[in-house]
Amino acid sequence: MSDESTTTFVPSDESATNADLTERTGGTKEGLFPLPDTSEIERLIEQGGVLRLPEQSPADLGDSEQLFGDGETMIINLGPQHPSTHGVLRIMLELEGETVLRSKPIIGYLHTGMEKTAEELTYVQGATNVTRMDYLSPISNELVFCLAIERLLGVELPERATWIRMLMAELNRICSHVTWAATNGMDLASTTMMIFGFRERELVLSFFEKTTGLRMNTNYIRPGGVAADLPDGWEDDVEVMMDTIESRLDDYDELLTGQPIFRERTEGVGIIGPDLALALSATGPLLRAAGVPWDLRRSMPYLAYNEVDFDVIVGSIGDTFDRYAVRMNEIRESIRIVRQVLERMPRGDYRIQDAKITPPPRARIDESMEALIHHFKLFSRGFEPPEGEVYEAVESPRGELGCYIVSDGSNKPYRMHMRAPSFVNLQSVPALLRGGMMADTVAILSSVDPVLGEVDR
Amino acid sequence: MVGDILGVESIPTTSSRGQDVLHPTREQYLGAISAIKSADYVTCSDLCAVDYLSAQERRSLPEGIQPERFEIVVSLLSISKMHRVRLRVQVPESDPVIETLFYLYPGTENMEREAFDLFGIVFSNHPDMTRILMPPGWEGHPLRKDYGIGRVPVQFRDAPGPR
Repeated sequence: MSDESTTTFVPSDESATNADLTERTGGTKEGLFPLPDTSEIERLIEQGGVLRLPEQSPADLGDSEQLFGDGETMIINLGPQHPSTHGVLRIMLELEGETVLRSKPIIGYLHTGMEKTAEELTYVQGATNVTRMDYLSPISNELVFCLAIERLLGVELPERATWIRMLMAELNRICSHVTWAATNGMDLASTTMMIFGFRERELVLSFFEKTTGLRMNTNYIRPGGVAADLPDGWEDDVEVMMDTIESRLDDYDELLTGQPIFRERTEGVGIIGPDLALALSATGPLLRAAGVPWDLRRSMPYLAYNEVDFDVIVGSIGDTFDRYAVRMNEIRESIRIVRQVLERMPRGDYRIQDAKITPPPRARIDESMEALIHHFKLFSRGFEPPEGEVYEAVESPRGELGCYIVSDGSNKPYRMHMRAPSFVNLQSVPALLRGGMMADTVAILSSVDPVLGEVDR
Repeated sequence: MVGDILGVESIPTTSSRGQDVLHPTREQYLGAISAIKSADYVTCSDLCAVDYLSAQERRSLPEGIQPERFEIVVSLLSISKMHRVRLRVQVPESDPVIETLFYLYPGTENMEREAFDLFGIVFSNHPDMTRILMPPGWEGHPLRKDYGIGRVPVQFRDAPGPR
């Protein structure tokens, strides 16, 4: 924001086809709805949007001293088996009539100790572990993990590897956002949207299958590059895919954006202001919808994002509709990036040719003893980055995905911590729900887009 | 970049692979963070803990910093400067307590709960110091290095039990 030349935060004018949508995302702050101010943060700290009750005895109201209103409140549970909680999330809600007062997201039902597991796997094996955290954007997980390792190793990637990574990351963003649109539509009783969203997701997943061999949990991005070059004819596949998805985005607009019921359920619901969002460490569409133009791809560029042209989409009010609009326009921006990647994909190698980090080509193994040894050593022992610690962050579809790795000089990470955007964004839920209607809970929760695999790790 | 921030000049600074790292003591911790916060580092992007039980001699710390078993790693982010700064604070095993950042950055609430749950480090004055990922009655702190990974007994006949 301080440097005008490097940060042009323009809402997407051309790409948004719906006039309403453009008006909303590019509008000023003087909107239809009151904005929360800075005192909101103090209020949140003092009184708390968070219901701080023990998780095992939610019915025991005697433990709660800070009841609001005249004491006519009740506590109910949403989840963990509720279909609209996007996994196994449980929310304890304090209700006064139909109004939600405080709430507390309770997580851990999917905790499988992946950070502990990571300490038992070599750096080469590690990508298979992290890809299972955020199962809707496996590429981002692998990407941040590999970027952190590469920073530890101090290696530089060939240009083509970087651009392939960028292509896959953007396709993954499209895939993740349409899946979000699908489940969000489902939550708001639009089953058509759900079928649409999953149909478009299938296009991207088929391309992933063709390129990486797997639809999800691809383990495609690996330390030192990517696992394989793009398949023959990938340009045509991607071009057709982009054209299809772009035209179908217009269908989404027709189905949801201008639809009165959808607008009614999302507009002015679950408002969060920029100061509060920043204080709660929110990132991604949740933060951008609140009007903070913070996108790591633009502000702290990694890969080759400083070489492509795209807009950072911001909202104006920070309500559920803004979060919808931000994501829809981000799909269009991602399509823009993918098209530029299509045009400018450099030739060259798709991984660094360092036998200590990447395996030798399969053909070499048959003819060279040395290649065979390298291959064996890499997959049995792996490589050993020098001692040190790094924090690397990328913009995943859900926000800032960070990876903190401590190396003790052995072939396994001494500590691997993932800063999961869903985990952190979930803290905003009590602030979003507070004062809203019970029926809006599902819409608000869906708009935060938590992926529970990543929340619990 | 880090040296510009008022109030943290006395804290040793290192660079780890091009990233700025500050090493405050536990006493300096809260003061340093509020100084950095007032220098427009508006959001705390990450907070995690590390257990250096089996890697004590293999880590680099600046002169004058007494290495301890635990370390709290805080990553602060400035939106206006587009800059990150990382703080590494030593926390001794005998007294694993540190001040909470909740009142400076409310967004650290869950991160601190996670560090408490998985490492057993207590954040004093935290509003809700309970387990977050593990079940409430769980014993031990799984990410500590002396906590075994364990095995699930296999339910087959003649199968060897948990090793």
